[in-house]
Amino acid sequence: MNLPGSGILKGMAVTAVNFIGSFLDRAHAKRLITEQYPEERPTLVETSRSFPFLVFDGDPEKGIRCTACKICEKECPPQCIFIVKDKDANGKPILRPQIFDIDISVCMGCQICVEVCPFESIRMDNIYEVSAYDRFETLVLHKEQLLKSNVYYRQIHPTEAAQTDARIEAARVKKAAAAKAAAEKAAAAKAAAAAKAAETQPEPTA
Amino acid sequence: MHFLENLPLATKKFILDLVKGACGWLCTKLGIALPPWAMPLLLTLVSILVVIVAIIAVYMVMFALMSVAERKILARMQNRYGPNRAGWFGILQPVADGIKMLTKEDLVPRGADKIVHFLAPIAMVAPALMLPAIIPYGTGMVPVELSAGILYFFALGAGTELAVFMAGWSSNNKYSVMGAMRAIAQMISYELPLVMSAVIAALVAGTLSPTGIVEAQGGYSLGFIPNWFVFTPWGFVACLLFYIGALAESNRCPFDLPEGESELVAGHLTEYSGFKYAIFFMAEYVGMFAINGLLVTLFLGGYKAPCPFLEWIPSWCWFFAKLALLAFSMVWVRATLPRFRIDQMMQFAWKFMLPMSFAALIAAAVWYYAGRGPLAWGLSALIVGIPYLALGHFCFTRHHTADNRRYLYSE
Ligand code: SF4
Ligand code: SF4
Repeated sequence: MNLPGSGILKGMAVTAVNFIGSFLDRAHAKRLITEQYPEERPTLVETSRSFPFLVFDGDPEKGIRCTACKICEKECPPQCIFIVKDKDANGKPILRPQIFDIDISVCMGCQICVEVCPFESIRMDNIYEVSAYDRFETLVLHKEQLLKSNVYYRQIHPTEAAQTDARIEAARVKKAAAAKAAAEKAAAAKAAAAAKAAETQPEPTA
Repeated sequence: MHFLENLPLATKKFILDLVKGACGWLCTKLGIALPPWAMPLLLTLVSILVVIVAIIAVYMVMFALMSVAERKILARMQNRYGPNRAGWFGILQPVADGIKMLTKEDLVPRGADKIVHFLAPIAMVAPALMLPAIIPYGTGMVPVELSAGILYFFALGAGTELAVFMAGWSSNNKYSVMGAMRAIAQMISYELPLVMSAVIAALVAGTLSPTGIVEAQGGYSLGFIPNWFVFTPWGFVACLLFYIGALAESNRCPFDLPEGESELVAGHLTEYSGFKYAIFFMAEYVGMFAINGLLVTLFLGGYKAPCPFLEWIPSWCWFFAKLALLAFSMVWVRATLPRFRIDQMMQFAWKFMLPMSFAALIAAAVWYYAGRGPLAWGLSALIVGIPYLALGHFCFTRHHTADNRRYLYSE
């Protein structure tokens, strides 16, 4: 039979061990493992993601990959993307966004826009400190804020960026080969046509 | 060390002399002749004022320190840091809390009884601030020397029950009323063992005056064990009972069910915000310090030093050291024990604490009349030990309910 009240003493011993241990465990290995956030920051894992951004190669104006196809705008579940196509001087639409806004107060970080983009142009960022004093204006990110270089993308998500780069490179090689083949075919056809013409041309006097 | 010992009293005397001198100087300067009764009256008033200011200042400082120390200690016991942002190691946290409380909106529910809702915090804090008046803080340092100080303490302490119920009833909120009902049930139930164990100390000391009880615990047996009541079998039990009763009276864990967050939002405090909430909070802490002070007075030898060779430390230091120790132990208990269920709480008070306090009373009487020797020790230990084991066995072991419990719907 346990002495009545011995359970309380056992419990008090446990808390006492915690109390004293929290002063002795200097390395903070087992106790006091709280991260002191603004001073100590966690190292983010590579797959961490927050909000989307737009990738460009080289120059933010010319190198922008987005073609304003609006697929992401349609697919985004909470409808937080807003895109307007750019026009040239004659009012003819060109394949480039004039306005590209993402309301990150609505975005839920689902990455669906990234999955559906056929031009590898929208990717997930890993910034988390985006709090602002204004609920509406400052949390709508415009094209200028969204555009980030491919170099930055390689920094934050190396593996994924390498895969994307490989895909783009493969597509480029394939396209070049196809173009070459098409050119050869065209040249051959031209030659054949010329030959045929030469064949049918002579003996007008016959 | 004579100087430190006398420091508080000397300060008071200095202030009084200052007032006296200033008054005399002013009178001669203005050419007024004071009537003979004026000066003593003035000095009495000033000395009362000095004592009030001193008590309030000391208790406010303790409250501020306690509010941050409690959270830090609790955090350490749960392997956290606790508040460490405001100031050096979070020491300015009470200031931040105070500013936050004062700048909050003071909401009064539309359906509330406005007058009672307003009066409740006042009715709570006034008795709480009057409680510390009879506690002897050091040799000759009793703010008010009352020959029935213990009686005064419990009579005033009962006033908080009224305040709690005023708060709960006037809020017009079911959680508040339920919290207040629980608080009343708990305070009334635990007041009984509390008073009983105080009676034991008063009985053995033969006086109701706190100073007299402290003086009765002076001296050492065998040359080094102090004659505090806690070092006798009945005194130990009565001290524990008083401690548990004090926990319940000050609504602290594990007796915090009047304001159990998970069940009742905040009990009778639900509809209070801002400064009124802060006042309730303060009254609770001041009440806790006061009742701990009484515990120190009754059982832990008040301002007496624990061994002869430590007597050079001023007596009031000893009092506050013991008080701090008790406050720490209350935080420790809070970190350890979960909240009671209401039926367990009532059962504990009526089936365990009350019989135990009667047993301790008898043990004290036996000890007193059996000559305080080894025989008295053995007898009184038996008288409190047997009921303890029996009650513990029959009231709190589950064997007679656990076996025949059937779960109808799971079969
Ligand atoms: S991550 Fe999801 S919610 Fe955010 S913009 Fe892309 S599709 Fe919309
Ligand atoms: S980001 Fe991709 S899917 Fe969205 S409009 Fe631009 S190219 Fe299209």
